[in-house]
Amino acid sequence: MYKLTHVQYFEALKENILKGLKCLDCGTITVPPKATCDECGSTNQEVTQLSGEGAIRTFTVIRVAPEGFKAPYVVVLAQLREGPWLTGLLDAPQPESATMELIGKKVKLGHRVVEHMKYTSGPGVVPLFSPVD
Amino acid sequence: MREVAVLGVGMTKFGPSGLSLKELFAEAALEAIAESHLTSKDIQALVIGNVLGDFAERQMNLAPLLADEIGLGANVPATRVEGGCASGSVAFRDAFMWVASGFYDIVIAGGVEKFTHMGTPQVTSALAMIEDSLYEEFTGLTFPGVFAMLAHQYADKYSIPLPVLKERMARVAVKNHYHGTMNPLAQFQKEITVEKVLSSPMVCDPLQVFDCCPISDGAAAVVLASREIAERKVAKPIKVLGVGQGTGRPLSRQKDFTVMRARLASSSQAYQMAGIEPRHVDVVELHDCFTIAEIVASECLGFFEFGKGSLAAEVGETRLGGRIPINPSGGLKSKGHPVGATGCAQVYEIAKQLREECGPRQVEGARIGMTDTLGGTGTVVVNIILGR
Repeated sequence: MYKLTHVQYFEALKENILKGLKCLDCGTITVPPKATCDECGSTNQEVTQLSGEGAIRTFTVIRVAPEGFKAPYVVVLAQLREGPWLTGLLDAPQPESATMELIGKKVKLGHRVVEHMKYTSGPGVVPLFSPVD
Repeated sequence: MREVAVLGVGMTKFGPSGLSLKELFAEAALEAIAESHLTSKDIQALVIGNVLGDFAERQMNLAPLLADEIGLGANVPATRVEGGCASGSVAFRDAFMWVASGFYDIVIAGGVEKFTHMGTPQVTSALAMIEDSLYEEFTGLTFPGVFAMLAHQYADKYSIPLPVLKERMARVAVKNHYHGTMNPLAQFQKEITVEKVLSSPMVCDPLQVFDCCPISDGAAAVVLASREIAERKVAKPIKVLGVGQGTGRPLSRQKDFTVMRARLASSSQAYQMAGIEPRHVDVVELHDCFTIAEIVASECLGFFEFGKGSLAAEVGETRLGGRIPINPSGGLKSKGHPVGATGCAQVYEIAKQLREECGPRQVEGARIGMTDTLGGTGTVVVNIILGR
């Protein structure tokens, strides 16, 4: 019934391929995957591949990190070319000097595998965006 | 559905405490029961909001142990609910529905949290569990980080230069600390300045230490009963006029989270049930976990136009004596935020305000008060409207 599980989604991300679900009723693309369409709630979806291209909509520099993470690093919300937004990291050589100018910057998707967290059912794969210019 | 009222309320001082979860809760709950002119034998059900008891004190299945602690009997169901930082309000609303339905006559709702002993990296990690574990947490996104992204989004959306917004956010912190000086139960009872906020260490750009609420221990409890019982038992019963609870989504699915859909839904349920509009509200306790959070909440609840909340904070409309006093208790920012306890602590303040028992921080002539509690990345919002 579940057309794209989190493991399948993560495995594709490891190849820098962004997979999502296209709603066959309303056309909306849902990513990360979910049992129901983000827009209309339909379960009538098929797996699709996204471009991995988008633009930053907001960001922060995390300077006080949770246990197991090393600050500073930049977390972003990026709007993908196909419409959906995605939470990810920004590959920023100098995270501490990020400014509002990041908003609107074009980015392309890569990935980072996160294995160090406690109390998970397995490693996570995080979108790691890098600026394109 | 029958009418429901708040009888007694109880609350511990917020801030680092040597007491355990059970001891903190007992202090607040027994105060609420005594204020209701009841005994533990009269309580028919317990609903408790708690988020991190498992990680903080190795305590799961907390509710029955709390029930036993305060002497509730074998026929009394005890249930823990968890809705992130809104847990206490979720507990209150469930207790309200149990009484309103007629299934029980007298129910105690409460909230308790103890985690100051854990240290910042562990607390930050544990609270991050309130996010989407698969698609948000692995980035290392923290809760200050969520609201930091919100602040940047807000500045961009409304074309407010970041330094201007930051100064207005600082004024929220200054105002809530000022209110906190008049609350003997507040964690901080000390005034701060805009300069102090803007020179404090950066936590997550653009949020600095004084934009953030503290980590706190504490508990709060509220006894609810049918209006008929309430009027027999206490001199000033506080009516529950309306309640609402809405559901949101992870950040990337919400996209623009300066307007949270869970809050729009929750507040409109509460306003509709109470038969009032935002302009009828005299006093508000709302979810200022971060300074920007107070600004967006004040807009979403209908007190200010979208995009105008930061200006309203700057000109003092939300201060005691202003058009709509927000967080006279000091709010989460100054009173403290023992996450599971916050919702019931907000009800505590509004009940005391409506009974005119707040001394120097009293909002004169307040007849209708409202609470707003947010859990997660806007994934849970609960609103409660009380009246006298």
